[in-house]
Amino acid sequence: MTMESTSQTSQPARPSTSQAFSLGALFRRPEVGAFMGMVLVFVFFAYFGYDRNFLSPFGTSSWVNMASTIGIIAIPVGFLMIAGELDISIGAMVPAAKMSMAVACGYYGLPFVVGLLITFGIAFVVGWINGMLVTRTKVPSLIVTLATLFAVSGLTLFLSLLLTDTTSQALTSPGWAKSLFGDYHFWGFQSSVFWWIAIAAVLYYVLHLSPWGNWILALGGDKESARNAGIPIDRLKISLFILTAMAAALSGVCETVLSNSATTTTNFALIFNCIIAVVVGGVLLTGGFGTVAGVFFGTATLAIVQQGIGYTPFDRNLSSLIIGVMLLIAVLMNDTFRNMATSMSASKKGK
Amino acid sequence: MTAPVLEMRNVDKSFGPIDVLHEISLKVNAGEVLCLLGDNGAGKSTLIKTLSGVHKPTRGEMLMDGEPVSFSNPKQAQELGIATVHQFGGTYPLMSVGRNFFVGAEPTKGFGPFKVFDRQKANAIAVEAVQNFGITRITDGDRLVGGLSGGERQSLAIARAVHFGARVLILDEPTAALGVKQAAHVLRIVNEAKRRGLAVIFITHQVMHAMAVGDHFAVLIRGAIAADFRKGEKTREEIADLMAGGESMADLEASIEGYMETHDGHPPAPAH
Repeated sequence: MTMESTSQTSQPARPSTSQAFSLGALFRRPEVGAFMGMVLVFVFFAYFGYDRNFLSPFGTSSWVNMASTIGIIAIPVGFLMIAGELDISIGAMVPAAKMSMAVACGYYGLPFVVGLLITFGIAFVVGWINGMLVTRTKVPSLIVTLATLFAVSGLTLFLSLLLTDTTSQALTSPGWAKSLFGDYHFWGFQSSVFWWIAIAAVLYYVLHLSPWGNWILALGGDKESARNAGIPIDRLKISLFILTAMAAALSGVCETVLSNSATTTTNFALIFNCIIAVVVGGVLLTGGFGTVAGVFFGTATLAIVQQGIGYTPFDRNLSSLIIGVMLLIAVLMNDTFRNMATSMSASKKGK
Repeated sequence: MTAPVLEMRNVDKSFGPIDVLHEISLKVNAGEVLCLLGDNGAGKSTLIKTLSGVHKPTRGEMLMDGEPVSFSNPKQAQELGIATVHQFGGTYPLMSVGRNFFVGAEPTKGFGPFKVFDRQKANAIAVEAVQNFGITRITDGDRLVGGLSGGERQSLAIARAVHFGARVLILDEPTAALGVKQAAHVLRIVNEAKRRGLAVIFITHQVMHAMAVGDHFAVLIRGAIAADFRKGEKTREEIADLMAGGESMADLEASIEGYMETHDGHPPAPAH
């Protein structure tokens, strides 16, 4: 902090205010840090993985595909974090969506569209329950969604055994559904990659361009003031929980259609991956700050490290070490960037 | 003679068996600052919450422009033009000045479902509104509010309330956490609001700040109005004594002086 204040006091003395201006404007954007981190990690793996085709279309699609399955969920999770909440029930929502799809269409032979309706219907209900519990009980959302994580995963297992007597189920999808949700396209990109990009674009509009984005930021910044300003904070929170559960369901559907099968295994790793992607992407853990582009880059960074390690001479297990260190650096950088963002703008009083 | 903008008549408020406010009668006219003075625990916050629609009075009535009103929630009070600004309330440190100003009432451009937050318009209006209140340091609507000083944030919140049509401004301890210069800043804003014809209710326990802007004073002790007077009717010392609950301040001074006379001018050692 002392470092910050000294640099701040020296700012107005600098003759070129225009430089301070552009620098300040740059530091206001948390995605800049996430982007630089991604470039750094990419260059690192491109250098060490060059001989093993990290830069080839196949190498590229391997990390982009992985990023897409996380990224579809990470952006809504990021929204929740900006609004000051957390949802870890996604770890159970994904297998629940996969099983409901496979049981409805694979086991009972219902049309694919009906399976989709059932799956997203379940996701809607799970998100609504999360939202209602958080807004009505005032219990921290970490605990509420921890409870629903276990409840949903238990229910998925129980219902799968009850209905089909197995914990894994095959699914064959019609051609259109296959190419829409789970097929390999050019360069080996999965369908989920396009969903990821589309969702990022839509949610970019929501957070940064539409008035709702202002509400989400205000909700995370100061809940009481947001309520006083007339924002329907409970309804907004419930909508965000529903959005997150639906996104988890979409990711699950994509995976199931791609692999033609589903299992009930709860995906605990996904919970951590999403939170890491969001935090590396510059979203503030305490809420009130974050960008879609940042989360997008954060997800890509995570996927590059996890997939890229296989293209280097290093031991695969080291990827977790890298991610751990990266997460810590990201959190520290976020703090620094935020302090600079506020002090930079204050230093402009000399102008 | 026009009716006061906001008036309370014999208002009582109790929570179960505990009486918090007794027989409160207050009125505030347009273009006038009413200072509510009181020590901690005197019932100031309950009174604010009753005025701003959070609590309903147990007995008594509230009138706006001479007409009886009853608020079932804060939103309703707001719609009638009662704006409450808490310390740092209504500002979000990590959002820009323009976004802060329009939270909950965002200007949009575009049509149909593709409405876009009009950043330029929001920034322009916000900066103009704040500058009209004399805060000339804010020139860039993209600036994060976290980078402003406490006084500027307070001023932003007040300018926001005025812009959205407030007629009664309730300021809850706006100068409490501020330095001398910052406090002077906020007091100037209060004067500006008064000049524009707003009715201001200024809650504080700093007598100096109250004296600087107040037209009308009410001292609150243990939930009742202990004194009600106009500007110039009482000195600063008298008001401080009233707030501390009667003559205790003068008594304390007298006892210290008495001690010093008998102990070669030394003040009494602090109690251990």
